Amino acid sequence: MSKSQKVKWQALERRFNMVNVTINDIKLQVPEGTTILQAAKMVNINIPTLCHLDLHDIKMVNRTASCRVCLVEIEGRRNLAPACATECFEGMVIKTNTKRAIRARRTMVELLLSDHPTDCLVCEKNGNCDLQKLAADLGIRKIRFEGEKSTYTKDSSSGALYRNPDKCIMCRRCETMCNEVQTCGIYSAVDRGFETVVAPAFNLPMIDTQCTFCGQCVSVCPTAALTEVSYVAKVWEALHDPDKFVIAQTAPAIRVALGEEFGLEPGTIVTGKMVAALRRLGFRKVFDTDFAADVTIVEEAKEFIERLNGKGRLPILTSCCPSWVKFIEHQFPELLDIPSTCKSPHMMFGAIVKTYFAEKFNILPEKIVVVSVMPCIAKKYEIQRKEFEENGIKNVDYVITTREFAKMIREAGIDFTKLPDEDFDDPLGESTGASVIFGVTGGVIEAALRTAYEWITGETLEKVEFHGVRGLEDGLKEATVKIKDMELKIGVAHGLGNARRLLEDIRDGKRFYHAIEIMACPGGCIDGGGQPYHHGNLDIVRARLNAIYEEDRNKPIRKSHENPAVIAMYKEYMGEIGGEKAHKLLHTHYTPRERI
Amino acid sequence: MPLRMELLVCGGTGCQASNSSRVLEVLRESIKEANLQDEVRVLMTGCFGFCEKGPIVKVMPDNIFYVEVDEESARKIVREHVIKGRIVEEKIYKEPETEERLPEQSSIPFYKKQIRIALRNCGKIDPENINEYIASDGYMALARVLTEMTPEEVIDVVKRSGLRGRGGGGFPTGLKWEATRKSKSDVKYIICNADEGDPGAFMDRSILEGDPHSVLEGMAIAGYAIGAQFGYIYVRAEYPLAIHRLRIAISQAREMGLLGKNILGTNFSFDVEIKIGAGAFICGEETALINSIEGGRGEPTVKPPYPAQVGLWKKPTNINNVETFANVPPIILNGAEWFSSIGTEKSKGTKVFALAGKVNNVGLVEVPMGITLREIIYDLGGGIKGGKKFKAVQTGGPSGGCIPAEHLDTPIDYDTLNALGSMMGSGGMIVMDEDDCMVNIAKFYLEFSCDESCGRCTACRVGNKRMLEILNKITEGKGEMEDLEMLKELAETIKDSSLCGLGQTSPNPVLSTMKFFYDEYIAHVKDKSCPAGVCTELLKYYIIPEKCVGCTACAKVCPVNVIHGEPRKVHVIDREGCIKCGECYRTCRFGAITRK
Repeated sequence: MSKSQKVKWQALERRFNMVNVTINDIKLQVPEGTTILQAAKMVNINIPTLCHLDLHDIKMVNRTASCRVCLVEIEGRRNLAPACATECFEGMVIKTNTKRAIRARRTMVELLLSDHPTDCLVCEKNGNCDLQKLAADLGIRKIRFEGEKSTYTKDSSSGALYRNPDKCIMCRRCETMCNEVQTCGIYSAVDRGFETVVAPAFNLPMIDTQCTFCGQCVSVCPTAALTEVSYVAKVWEALHDPDKFVIAQTAPAIRVALGEEFGLEPGTIVTGKMVAALRRLGFRKVFDTDFAADVTIVEEAKEFIERLNGKGRLPILTSCCPSWVKFIEHQFPELLDIPSTCKSPHMMFGAIVKTYFAEKFNILPEKIVVVSVMPCIAKKYEIQRKEFEENGIKNVDYVITTREFAKMIREAGIDFTKLPDEDFDDPLGESTGASVIFGVTGGVIEAALRTAYEWITGETLEKVEFHGVRGLEDGLKEATVKIKDMELKIGVAHGLGNARRLLEDIRDGKRFYHAIEIMACPGGCIDGGGQPYHHGNLDIVRARLNAIYEEDRNKPIRKSHENPAVIAMYKEYMGEIGGEKAHKLLHTHYTPRERI
Repeated sequence: MPLRMELLVCGGTGCQASNSSRVLEVLRESIKEANLQDEVRVLMTGCFGFCEKGPIVKVMPDNIFYVEVDEESARKIVREHVIKGRIVEEKIYKEPETEERLPEQSSIPFYKKQIRIALRNCGKIDPENINEYIASDGYMALARVLTEMTPEEVIDVVKRSGLRGRGGGGFPTGLKWEATRKSKSDVKYIICNADEGDPGAFMDRSILEGDPHSVLEGMAIAGYAIGAQFGYIYVRAEYPLAIHRLRIAISQAREMGLLGKNILGTNFSFDVEIKIGAGAFICGEETALINSIEGGRGEPTVKPPYPAQVGLWKKPTNINNVETFANVPPIILNGAEWFSSIGTEKSKGTKVFALAGKVNNVGLVEVPMGITLREIIYDLGGGIKGGKKFKAVQTGGPSGGCIPAEHLDTPIDYDTLNALGSMMGSGGMIVMDEDDCMVNIAKFYLEFSCDESCGRCTACRVGNKRMLEILNKITEGKGEMEDLEMLKELAETIKDSSLCGLGQTSPNPVLSTMKFFYDEYIAHVKDKSCPAGVCTELLKYYIIPEKCVGCTACAKVCPVNVIHGEPRKVHVIDREGCIKCGECYRTCRFGAITRK
């Protein structure tokens, strides 16, 4: 038990009645309400699980007890009990490894495998699959049951999220995540008996649903039933095409997570190696989305100040997260005048590359291929939106996730950990600390405040860190920031369920804010749907968060409006911040959508 | 003119299917033609139970019981009996053995051993008229409870009566009430489980159709006892007549102040709403039922917490079955001792059974606990149809098992049936004779469970499917001895591992037939034959040369022309090409064709 766990434990002991239980002859006391699984963990007894997932910090606990893998024997009980969903009671005597329990556990896994494609060698999740790992851990060498296997239509209609229900094991984690945490309600069990499968209402193609493609369902799916639509092959094709000028941009959250894919400690900052890897893959220019994040901040801060001065409605909502944008379009079409009109940073980046950069370096825009390396699945959907085209040329051509990027590195035989640290290319590789923190909840609003403060007051901001908007634990954060004689009320929500609560209050006039930041994924982009799988360990996400703030602290410039490359771009090409050209290239509009 | 005669016409679904509504009309028309409408009343009652001989018309006060009444005999009853006082002999029940006519209901063997408590008013009163219920002591129990008894006293009476849940589980009703009473909450609910779904079962439907007020009264008493103000009746949409009569009953009870605010001028308020289910068998499971009422998917959840603690809308909820509620008013009126004097040591009172299958008197019976299977099947049921040999009786529906002849003298109660690997269930009782293949019967019930599984847990969703596939293999003659071992192991594991009652009992039909009829399984596997001649794939048709007269009829009907032979000479079946359609078997008038 770590020190912090001990403190938590002592608090629990004070709050709850304690009950005595015996697990495999070990006696222990646990607070009322503790599950057998939790109690066993305290005495280092590992009970295998599959459907169970406890992401307590973001209020996502999957206790469906549907896989029946964690069955244990309880003295005096007629049948076996699921450890994950059975609470301890006084005098409970538990045996986790009896012949009966083991037989049932193995049978359940065999039954699951008997209705599974078992194409592990060529499966997307090979090596990352909870079912595969469980079968290996239990030493399943034979599937004794033969019979019909489920086959369903695969769905890649969104170009973002890939559904392969054949691989669904009915753990319902996606349902819990989508319905309870994100409140989008896309998934539920459909049909009965052996034909039961988790699917959208009426089995609609995903693109026709109100799915925001946040990809949190992908993050928690134990198998390859839910993954991203991969563009690796397309990117390779572009890279190998001598007529194309392929440019990479990387989101801030990649550099603090990519290392995990190569065995580095979570939270290791690998910015330099990431850039080196992209070069070795054949990208002609390696730029940083952070540059565009700085552009976003100056545009958004300008818009914010205008709205503060009575031009437009308050609060202003950040618009960096395409998943959240789709959410408000479906769920709150009456509030579409409050989000900032700024495009998301990587879309701004695409527009800048295909205009400013193309002109400056005399490259035909149609030859340029922009590949965004993102922690996100929604951005795969975002680039297909019709409004993100200039003269028939898409702002961004492909989005690949952190995971896909890691696959490309491995495929190319690059020994990632041995790579030298390299710098981004100029001029669109220049960034500030403000843009780095875009990758974490509270970061966008903090970056905006750093700029808005100075622009409103005309003074230099000495203390650039706004700790009130930081942190994973609270889904809804509030802070009051004093700028001159104004008290600005700031709201931050991460996770769409929290965003919904916030927006409902704003719509109903129950709360007022000047500015709000919303990120669809709990924790922000560091826990995005395209990040390396954390398999339920949120400490990994916390390590990424700390790394982001460390990267911010290490930056010589920490305010977006001081980014010299950004200043140069406006001077050379874009003109005034928030001006006509900026509006044409860097801003967008929103479309009311139906709820289904 | 004073009323001198009443004609009670059965209005249960069974008799209505045999045109009893028309019989009722004809009776009314004929009586009107004779201008007797002021002194003779015709009314539609609930089910008499003797469905085999429906439509039933009972003439009171003469106490004459007419069976199989059609339009013509209805006219005759008016012409002869009503007008002239002459009994219509040919429509009086004839005892098959003695050929004696038995005009009184109580002297008919089908009714002789019955004690009707839950069915006390079925076939006696007009279920659509609350005054008739009141005239039969209706709502007296509620009045007594509200004016003379504390909730604790009510619970005490129910506890001492020994009443156990009639829906299948057999949990002591009083204890359930007490647990719900003890759960602290200002809002509590009563639910009446009318999601009767066992194949061949119609106990609850008959009570709702024949005496809906007894259920409402039972619910109100339960509401008073546990401290609930509101009740739901969850009834399947396939029971339109029951729903219709319930609606009438509820609105009449509200009009008379027997439901609603301040019932009978007391402080107690209680109202009832009908929830119509879509007919999923699983919704009979109480947690699934609660999910369904709440608008969710009818899917069970893990217990504990039990509904008595956390139920409908997260409030303490008491769920009882229709028949359980119908038993409550008589218990209150006649006392706990009266009720507990009927039945066995651990199972008190009576049980309604729906007698079906290969038995002469198909219908609904209410018998005291402790009666033997033999008494029900032979004395009430009149023995096996067509003089065939009894093979087994299936009780408890898809959750129950098959009981063979050697246990026919078992006194029926919850515990003896469980000990035989079957269960009381809600009261379905299906009789099987020598022509039934027990492997096929097991397959039938398992098919039902597979169809009705909610698909949530692995054990039930995949496990039952795999069992069914093994059974298919066996009945197709492809089974091996290892399959039998596998079948047994899988069945035991599913019982032990499933989430809810459906999965935990679905292997019972397989296990009980394997226990009592293992030789039939062996015959299917080793000899590749079906002793009962049911499993088509295993059948072989032969012509017995001694019996064949060479009439050529079989050869003419054979659709694949594999029967050869000269006229007036013995014919032969070429089994190579035989498709086992059975046409020859059915056509032969000399019994010369046999199948094994």
